[in-house]
Amino acid sequence: MGTTPRLDPALATSPDEDASRQVLGPAERRGDQVFRAVSRGAAQLILLLLAAIALFLVWRAFPAFQANTASFLTTTAWFPDQDPPVFGIAALAFGTVLTAAVAMVLAVPVGYGIALFTVFYADRRVGAAAGFITDLLAAVPSIVFGLWGLAVLQPHLGGLGQWLNTYLGAIPLFRNDSGLYTKSILVAGIVLAIMVLPTVSALSREVFVRVPATHVEAALALGATRWEMVRASVLPFARPGMVSAAMLGLGRALGETIAVALVLSAAFDVSWQLSEPGGNTFAANIALKWNEAGPIGLSALIASGLVLFALTLAVNVTARAILARRARFSGGAA
Amino acid sequence: MSRVETYATAALVEDALRGQRLPGWAAPAAAGLAVMTALLLAVATPVDGVAGTAVVAVLLFVGLQTAWSVRVEGRRHAVDRLATTAVHAAFLAAVLPLLSVLVTLIAKGIRAMSGEFLTTSMRGVSPTSAGGGLYHALIGTLEQVGIAVLLAIPLGVLAAIYLVEYGQHAGHRGFARAVGFVVDVMTGVPSVVVGLFVYTALVLTLGLGRSGLAASVALTILMLPMVVRSCEEMLRVVPDELREASYALGVPRWRTIVRVVVPTAMGGIVTGAMLAVARAAGETAPLLLTTFLSKSVNADPTNGPQAALPTFLWDQIASSTPASVDRAWGAALVLVLVVTALYLTARILARTTGVKR
Repeated sequence: MGTTPRLDPALATSPDEDASRQVLGPAERRGDQVFRAVSRGAAQLILLLLAAIALFLVWRAFPAFQANTASFLTTTAWFPDQDPPVFGIAALAFGTVLTAAVAMVLAVPVGYGIALFTVFYADRRVGAAAGFITDLLAAVPSIVFGLWGLAVLQPHLGGLGQWLNTYLGAIPLFRNDSGLYTKSILVAGIVLAIMVLPTVSALSREVFVRVPATHVEAALALGATRWEMVRASVLPFARPGMVSAAMLGLGRALGETIAVALVLSAAFDVSWQLSEPGGNTFAANIALKWNEAGPIGLSALIASGLVLFALTLAVNVTARAILARRARFSGGAA
Repeated sequence: MSRVETYATAALVEDALRGQRLPGWAAPAAAGLAVMTALLLAVATPVDGVAGTAVVAVLLFVGLQTAWSVRVEGRRHAVDRLATTAVHAAFLAAVLPLLSVLVTLIAKGIRAMSGEFLTTSMRGVSPTSAGGGLYHALIGTLEQVGIAVLLAIPLGVLAAIYLVEYGQHAGHRGFARAVGFVVDVMTGVPSVVVGLFVYTALVLTLGLGRSGLAASVALTILMLPMVVRSCEEMLRVVPDELREASYALGVPRWRTIVRVVVPTAMGGIVTGAMLAVARAAGETAPLLLTTFLSKSVNADPTNGPQAALPTFLWDQIASSTPASVDRAWGAALVLVLVVTALYLTARILARTTGVKR
């Protein structure tokens, strides 16, 4: 895809820069200038938009930072509208990272597996169907996943939670002291995993497709089994792409709002116990607290959104940088 | 290369020593045996339940197959079979939740579906009573998404034109690369953050008021990077011969773009736009922050609270009475139908009208 040979840059410049000046009349030339300016303006707008998002969030988060009487980073409580305001993002940050981590642990291997299946294991028709199915998964709106997680998945996960507590309870992650198995980080993590799956698998599929056929055929011709072929030819070529696929998935998992808001119990505590009711994330907290927040409350939510924005931006920029560097090395279009 | 050589040598040596492979019926036989044993165990021992039995069956299958394969074919082929099983299992792991979502959605959604559900609003319907419908939300979603389309598609297409048609020139290359990078990064900005931005910029700063229009702007920002990306890809595959033929006839650059390049790529552009619309139509978080919920029809997106399908769904789930949960499933079904219809149309368009090479 996208490997159409481009013109020599010097040649490509000529119609617009030099030749047009001689061939075209002034009216046409003005048309060109206007059109270029307009399209350049649209591109500039996108740059401005990202900068504006950062600026407006910082500006509107400022009152909350000023009013806060507790440490913003280490406080777990969230009472921005009481007097004096006390709130912090410790519980939110912890919950966001923990749910995303659970989702990643589940979704990344499965996502790679699906991509391998569609490209190297299934025959062409089944592979296309599998790609279609993961795309369809991506098309289901997040609130529908939330509703499904709440009504279907959560009641079924009680058994899993009890099993983990009984047999792996020695590990704090799986212990459940409350005896309640309802909305929890475990449920949210699994729902998130399903939602992130298409991102991870679609992006790694794209990298797998670009593995040179000669590498694959060489390995097979030398008598490698299919798995040996994957390890020797596919993985070394695709590793940077796979890493950034996982990171882009992580970005989605960190910022997912509605599904998580529906299957978490929204508690402001720091607890490692996955199956106990509780957990909260930046995004879910914003959605849940928005309509009951006063002026400082809104500002505090914007401040937490700013942290989320910075977090996802860092993850995405890293992922894209890995991809871009890779594209320059292999000479392909990313 | 050295790793391939190692594998190759190992393969030759091993094949010479033992060329035996498992017969084709080995895997199904192992699977059958594993399932039967698991069912027996489910009856005879405390291990029961669908999930437990399934896990036991899978573990038995993996164990059986590996042991058999190691004996007959050797370690390399046993590992290969293990990997094949894992890859197929991964595929199943994607299919199962999708199936579960679709089956529940259809089973529960159809119960709520009726002429009344599609043609009335929630005006005067209490959360606990049955009846009412999503007509007001349908209108809101159509208007909000419609406005977002009108804003995002021209902007996105223009930006993509700049990136592809002008971004290659000296003096534009660095800027174009920066824009391309920002577009990629923007696709990863969480929708709730976009909602916050629109609230701070339009509602707090410009005093627009929470409305359907504010929601449209949020959806526009979410759609924009997707439209730019897909449109850019489509413009890039338009053959340069077409552009050159047009220049050779003395057609100015902008007319070449408008009359030759864009029409050639139109199928793909429409497809990408529809995928972006499908994504935007299901977004809930930005709407929650930028509009107020409404129970009655409001056809004016610039003024007052306006419902939308996702926020209607959110409201009904939050009420959590039997009647409202029924309505929630109905709305979820309608939402998924709308999104899937857009998505399938986009797919079909992509197949029939893509750039011919």
